[in-house]
Amino acid sequence: MPIDLIEKLKSANIIGRGGAEYPAWKKWIAVRDAAKKPKYVICNASERELATAKDFHILESMPEMVFRGMELAMDCIDAKEGIFNLNGDYERNLKKNLDRLVKEASEQGRKYTIKIFEEDPSYIGGEETALLNAMEGRRCEPRLKPPFPTDAGLFGCPTLIHNVETFYDIARVADGTYDGKRFYTISGEGDHNGVYHLPADWTIEQILKETGNVPKQDFFVQAGGGASGTVWNQKQIKTQIARGSGAIVIHLTSEDPKKILLHWVEFFARESCGKCTPCREGTYQLLELLREKKSKTIPWRQMEPILDVLEKTSFCALGRSVPVPIRSYLKNVLQYP
Amino acid sequence: MPIPLDTTTVEIRINGKSYRAIEGESVLEFALNNGYDIPHFCTHPDLPVDANCRTCLVELDDGSVFTSCTLKAKEGLSIKLDTPKVKKLRTQNMELLFGKYKRHSPRILHGYWSKTLEELKRYGISGDNYKRDNPRRPIHKLGAAAELDPALCIACNKCVEICQFIGISHLRLEGRGSRTRVGTNCDPQNDCIYCGQCTAHCPVEAVREQSHLEDVDRVLKDKKKIVIVQMAPSVRASIGEGFGVPYGKDLTGELATAFRMLGFDKIFDVNMGADITTMVEAEELIERLKHKWEFTEGKRKDPPVRGPMFTSCCPGWVKFVEFYEPELIPNLTTARSPQIHSGGAYKTWWAEREGIDPKNIVVVSIMPCTSKKYEARFDHLKIDGNSPVDYVLTSRETIALLKTHKIDLPNLKPSSVDREGMYSGAAAIYGASGGVMESALRTAFKMATGGDLPGIDFLPVRGFEGIKKAEVKLGNKTVKVAVVAMPKNIRPILRELKKNPDAYDYIEFMACPGGCIGGGGQPIPNTFEIVKKRIAGLYGIDRKMNLRRAHDNPVVKEFFEYLKTVPKKKREAILYRGYEKKEKGE
Repeated sequence: MPIDLIEKLKSANIIGRGGAEYPAWKKWIAVRDAAKKPKYVICNASERELATAKDFHILESMPEMVFRGMELAMDCIDAKEGIFNLNGDYERNLKKNLDRLVKEASEQGRKYTIKIFEEDPSYIGGEETALLNAMEGRRCEPRLKPPFPTDAGLFGCPTLIHNVETFYDIARVADGTYDGKRFYTISGEGDHNGVYHLPADWTIEQILKETGNVPKQDFFVQAGGGASGTVWNQKQIKTQIARGSGAIVIHLTSEDPKKILLHWVEFFARESCGKCTPCREGTYQLLELLREKKSKTIPWRQMEPILDVLEKTSFCALGRSVPVPIRSYLKNVLQYP
Repeated sequence: MPIPLDTTTVEIRINGKSYRAIEGESVLEFALNNGYDIPHFCTHPDLPVDANCRTCLVELDDGSVFTSCTLKAKEGLSIKLDTPKVKKLRTQNMELLFGKYKRHSPRILHGYWSKTLEELKRYGISGDNYKRDNPRRPIHKLGAAAELDPALCIACNKCVEICQFIGISHLRLEGRGSRTRVGTNCDPQNDCIYCGQCTAHCPVEAVREQSHLEDVDRVLKDKKKIVIVQMAPSVRASIGEGFGVPYGKDLTGELATAFRMLGFDKIFDVNMGADITTMVEAEELIERLKHKWEFTEGKRKDPPVRGPMFTSCCPGWVKFVEFYEPELIPNLTTARSPQIHSGGAYKTWWAEREGIDPKNIVVVSIMPCTSKKYEARFDHLKIDGNSPVDYVLTSRETIALLKTHKIDLPNLKPSSVDREGMYSGAAAIYGASGGVMESALRTAFKMATGGDLPGIDFLPVRGFEGIKKAEVKLGNKTVKVAVVAMPKNIRPILRELKKNPDAYDYIEFMACPGGCIGGGGQPIPNTFEIVKKRIAGLYGIDRKMNLRRAHDNPVVKEFFEYLKTVPKKKREAILYRGYEKKEKGE
C-alpha cells in the first residue's frame, strides 16, 4: 500500500505548498530509505507569509484531512512520532479542535503519537531547518544544507516536513478525490477577499474573474506571497499563474509606490533572523533608505547594490526573495528605467 | 602538508592554476593554505561552518557565486577569486558589516594599531557607506577580564561556539534581524570564567580584553615610576605571530630589546615567578601527601583534606571552582600564581634591596590570558597595600603596542632579561598544559627523595589532549596525577572524584585548550594546530637550558633566603592566598 501511495503522489504531481514547490514523493522516498531511526513527520503551519491564510482556512474547516495526511506519511516512512507546528497566533482559534484530533490520533491503540509544537510566530519558521532549530530549542535560524532534513532533521533524525496544504492534498490523493486544485488567498482591492479552492493551472486573471475580484480601476497583483511574491501587471496576469503560497494581492496602480515598498521591506527587516550579512544588515539599510523623509522619490540607485547582495549572497530563501517583489514591481508596473 | 594515504585527491583550479586537493575539504581553507587572500570573518578551522558573513565569495565557471567556506573540493571544480562580480559583492557585504566600525572601535579611536582596521584597508573597505542599526545594548563587562561590544559585533557566532566548546556556554546571540548581537546567558547557575577564549576567536575586536594599553603607555611616560615588565612563559613563543614569524619561534631576546625600546626600566620574567610557584606548590604537595599517608597508616589523628590537590595558576579555573564547585575550595593549592609571586617578589625583596619605595614601582605582566587581568585586580592579593601586578597586557595588546610604536620585533638584536628575571626550563614549560605538573614533580621529587626525577622529562603529562593521566613513584609511594584542560574535561574527573575522592592525588587544570599557550589573550588566529606548534616551541626552550629545575634557580634561592628575614605574616602574604565562594559576575 505505501509504495502505491508514493506512486500516486508522483503521478498526481503533488508538490510542496509551503512555497518551495518541491515534489512530495522525493521527500517520502528519501526519508523512507534513510537508515537512521527514529523518524519524524512534521506538519508546518507556520504560515507567516503576508496576505496568506489558506493553512488557517484548512485547519479551521477540515483539520482531520491534514491529520490523515500525516498519519499516511507516518505509516509509509515508519515514523512513530508526528509533530504539528502551530503558529502561535493561530493557537486561540484552532487549538481546541486540534487537541481533539491529537487525542484521537494517539488513542485507539495506534502505533504513533502526534504532538503540537507551539511556535513563537516567525516568517523564518517557514524555512524547514529554522523550524527544526526552534523545535530543538536553538535559535530559529536556517541550517547549512546538506544535510537535508530528510537525512538529518529533528535531532539529527530523518524528518519529513510538509506544509498543511500538502498533507491535505496527500489525504485527497489517498482517497482518490484529488482534483488538481490548490488554495488561493485573495486580498487587497478586490470585492470578494477570501480563500478559494480552484485549479492550480488557472491563470491569475481566470481566478480573479471567477471570484469576482477584478477591480474597476487600473490595478496590478502580487502573486505567490504578500511579501515574497512577484508583481505582475494587468497584461501579464492573462498568462501567469499564482505560485508559491498561492496568495494573490490586488493593488491599485494609483497607490503610493513608497508605501508599497515600505510595506514589504518593513516585513523583511522585521522577520530577518539575523544570521547572514545581506539579510540582517541589508534589509535594515533598505528600510533606512526608504524611511528617509526628506525625499519623495525612491532611491533606486542606492537600493540596487543591496538588492544585488541579497539576491546573490543571502544564506537562505528569505533573503534571496527580498529583491523579487521590489524588482518585479519596478519592471512590470512602474516601468521607469 | 603530507596527504594521508587513504584519502582521495581531486584536481581543482584556482584562478586557472591547477592544484591537487583532498576530496571534500573546504575550498576556503585550501585556498588560504595555498597563499590566496580571501576575506572571511566567520570561519575558524576548529569550529562549525556557519557561513554567516558572506564575504569569502568566489565565482564558478558558469558565473554563479558561492561562499568558499561551504564549497567542498571535488574533481574539476574551478573557481575564480577576484572577478569584478565577486569583488563587488564582497565589498558590498563588508561595507554592510563594517558600517561606522571606525567610529565605534576604542582601539582605533585611541590611536592604536588595530588588526581589523588593517584588514579593512587591505580589502579597500571605507566603512562609511552605512550606519548600522543601534543594538541598544551597552558594552558588557566580563569581570575585569574581557568585554562584549554589541556596536561592533557582526554576529559571526564564533565566540558563542568556542564558549560552548570549552564547556561553559555563557555566550549566545541575542535579538533578531539587524539587532542580532552577542549577549550572555542570564541563567543564575551559569557564569563566565574569564578565560577569554571568546576574545581569541572574535574576528573584529568586538569581544575583546579590557584594555590596559592606555595605562601602560601613561606609566611609561611617568618619569617618577620604575616600570617593570615581566612576560609569561607562553607569550615569547606567540607574540612573533603578529609579525609573521613562524609559529612557536622563541623571541625572548627580541622581546627584551623591544621592551627596553618602549621605555620599561626593568625586564624581568614571570618565569622567575613560576619557579617560586613550583617551590611553594611542591612543598605543599609533599606536605599534603605525607599527611594523607600518615593518616592512613594511623600515625596522625587529624584528617587530611579529602581528595587531590588542585593547581591554582589559572584564574579561570579558580573562578570555576569558586562559582561552580565551591566545596572543592580546600583542594586548591594555597600557592599564589606565577605573575603574583614574581610581582610580589619584585615589590618586596627586589625593592628593598634596591632601596625603592614599592609605591613607585609599576609591574606590567605580558600574558597569553585575559583572566590574569581579573586576578591582578584582587585586593586580597595585595602585600602591604600594594598590588603585586598593576597592569596586564595580552599578547594581542602587546602586538598592538609594538606596532603602534613602530617597533619591528623580529628584526631587533636580541638581548637578555635582567638578572632578577632569571628562570629555569621548568618555568618555561608552564605555558603548556602539563607544564605546571611536570615542574612541580621535578621539584617535589627532589624534596621527597633528595634525588632527581629520572630523566627529568615527564612525557605522560605532555601534549594537547584534554585529559592526561599518569602515575609517578615518589620513594615507595605511588602518586596519581591528572592534567586537564578545558572545563568540559574536568567534569568527568569531578564525577569520578565524587565516587572515589582518592582517585587522584594531584590535578593540574587549565581553562584553555592546550593550556596557557592556547590562552584567551593569544594572537589571532588561535587554532589547535597553531597551539601545538607553540607548545613545541616551549619544550624547545626547556630542552636548551642548563638550568631545568626550579630549586636550582639561584635568584629564587636568594629570594627564599630573603623570606627567612621577613615576619611570618608578610612571608605568608607573599607566598600564599585564600579563596572564597563567588557569586555570578564576581
